[in-house]
Amino acid sequence: MIATGNHAVAYGVRSARAEVVAAYPITPQTQIVEKLSEFMASGEMRGRYIRVESEHSALSACYGAAACGARAFTATSSQGLLYMNEMVFWTGLGRIPMVMAVVNRTLAPPWSIWNEHTDQLAQRDAGWISMICESVQEAYDTSIMAFRVAEDAEVMQPVMFGLDAFSLSHTAERLDLMPQEDADAFLPRLDPSMLPVLMDTRSPATYGNLTGPDAMMEVRSAIRDALERSKRVIEEAAGAFGRASGRRQAGLVEDYRCGDAEVVIVVAGASSGDAKDAADALRDQGTRAGVLRMKAVRPFPSEAIVRAVGGAKAVAVVDRDYSFGMGGILATEAASVVGGRAARYVAGLGGRDIRPEDFMGMAADALRAAESGDPAQGHEVWWGLRRSPSAPGGQGGA
Amino acid sequence: MVTLKELRQDELFLPGNASCPGCMLSLAIRMALKVLGPNTVMTVPACCSAVIQGYYPRSSSAVPTLNTAFAAAAATASGMSAALELSGRGETSVVAWAGDGGTADIGIQGLSGAAERGENFIYVCYDNEAYMNTGTQSSSATPAGAATTTAIRGKAEPKKDVPAIMAAHGVPYVATACAAFPLDLADKIKKAMSIRGLKYIHILTPCPPGWRYPTERGVDVGRMAVMTGSWILYEWQGGRYTLTGPSRGLLDRSRRRPLADYLRMQGRFGQLGDAEVARLQDELDARWAGMARRLEGGAGRGEAGPGE
Repeated sequence: MIATGNHAVAYGVRSARAEVVAAYPITPQTQIVEKLSEFMASGEMRGRYIRVESEHSALSACYGAAACGARAFTATSSQGLLYMNEMVFWTGLGRIPMVMAVVNRTLAPPWSIWNEHTDQLAQRDAGWISMICESVQEAYDTSIMAFRVAEDAEVMQPVMFGLDAFSLSHTAERLDLMPQEDADAFLPRLDPSMLPVLMDTRSPATYGNLTGPDAMMEVRSAIRDALERSKRVIEEAAGAFGRASGRRQAGLVEDYRCGDAEVVIVVAGASSGDAKDAADALRDQGTRAGVLRMKAVRPFPSEAIVRAVGGAKAVAVVDRDYSFGMGGILATEAASVVGGRAARYVAGLGGRDIRPEDFMGMAADALRAAESGDPAQGHEVWWGLRRSPSAPGGQGGA
Repeated sequence: MVTLKELRQDELFLPGNASCPGCMLSLAIRMALKVLGPNTVMTVPACCSAVIQGYYPRSSSAVPTLNTAFAAAAATASGMSAALELSGRGETSVVAWAGDGGTADIGIQGLSGAAERGENFIYVCYDNEAYMNTGTQSSSATPAGAATTTAIRGKAEPKKDVPAIMAAHGVPYVATACAAFPLDLADKIKKAMSIRGLKYIHILTPCPPGWRYPTERGVDVGRMAVMTGSWILYEWQGGRYTLTGPSRGLLDRSRRRPLADYLRMQGRFGQLGDAEVARLQDELDARWAGMARRLEGGAGRGEAGPGE
């Protein structure tokens, strides 16, 4: 079939047999929950659609539902994700294995509905597993895999996954759905007795009450350990899903021609495809380029990044996000494992197009900086920045 | 009517909890759980009840209890109720147990949403008329004249009437109660358990440190709140108001004790002069006149209620 990223997510959540969906509309996410509401109303999904009055309540309702043993899902974007920020931490630190789709959209002000990743990355310290998808098909596949990872006994943490506003959410691509019996085999029914938080009247317990300094370090370390174990669980789930679907899956990262690369472009999201085209074109011109696509940002795939960029002279990290006063978020984090080789590029903010030529230019710039002996640390370029917002043109680097 | 004999002997809110001496909230939750019984799940947002559960790994609650964010009680309860019904456990009582700040202020949006959706749970607002576990700051449920740390000369604005707001939503059941009248409270909890939809129960819970009265006088203060008519015990169901308990006899002004008898028991009203007390008495009498009209007319949804 042909479907948009938003509908792919809805189909995936249907395949995953989510039972409680609580959501609030926001562009460009709305179609996900419209479709799920339709599935619930028609009986194609068995469960309850809770039409909440805000995103804070959306995630609160999921929190309560999951604590009573239901498979819970919500979707949001941008401002909506910020509005639920408090509950992102309640669910992450509270060990609630639910799933959320985030259509990655620029934060206001000024108003913008186009793509950026800052909304999702700003939630990275909440104990959620956090992934970003590249394609419509991957958005569907990840909708199912996310529940399996979240509910794995070794993990029991929530999972959010992003899809780029419009370039994925509203772009129709080929989509293969998994037969329901295969989805059921891959993702068995949730066993509530495994849940770290469960409202069970036969075994009453209190969750989240005051915890003193004598116990909090241990509470937090359990989440640290779960996220660490999730690295293996994510790879296993990707492998198993790949075998079941016949579609190769990225686990924590996708390594595209990095093996012998002299320059590796590190990127996340839908523009990764353009980065791969750029790597191919660079290779045609004699530059050995590769792409490391970060599917997971939490857990941060440190080992996979080190492995992929092992022999490369230069690493060009392309951020579609920014932490003011510091730098691109992925570049800052990548620098923590590859050090000074990480040249930082900020591109595509507010949904500005990043073309294959831009990726080629950034890769060449990173190589030049590395070869000229520039200390790459601190080498940050806002790619394509115009002199003033109204000035035309201005392609190319610094 | 629930009688004392009918109440279960065992405790579902355990002794040794971390409440202040004389806490009337702990009396209210103890009584409520005696009626609700063990087939109950509860969610508690930030409030005194979150504190008096005590320190992990211990808890004073003997029913499953999920702490949640300050604004999130009603939405969390919505999710709990949905999940329990989907798994065939719809007979379990779901209770959101929140303070007046978490209800009248930060939580009112989520509560309004849940009421409009017709969610199936009992929402209890226990009302100690200020932010008490943070040290007595005004909430919108603080009554006019009461001094708090953010209104040192006494709050100027009248108390927000949340029960009337809930009645305006057309929920199936609204009741007020007072911790000093535990059997009246028990009746209302019991009735709420038998009704489908969002049931709203608003309990006045006197607070010794916040209201500044001696710890042993909580029941006296609660009784005086009702006997002066300052707090009216009633039910709202099917568009009709019904007075309950001692409030039934208080429509006649001469049966009500002077408001000053209630105010003068408490340090929080200590700065009020006689003229201000007289003004508050006039406002209270006007409130009762409004209540009388509602009782006659059977007025319901959409009309202002009998609160202050």
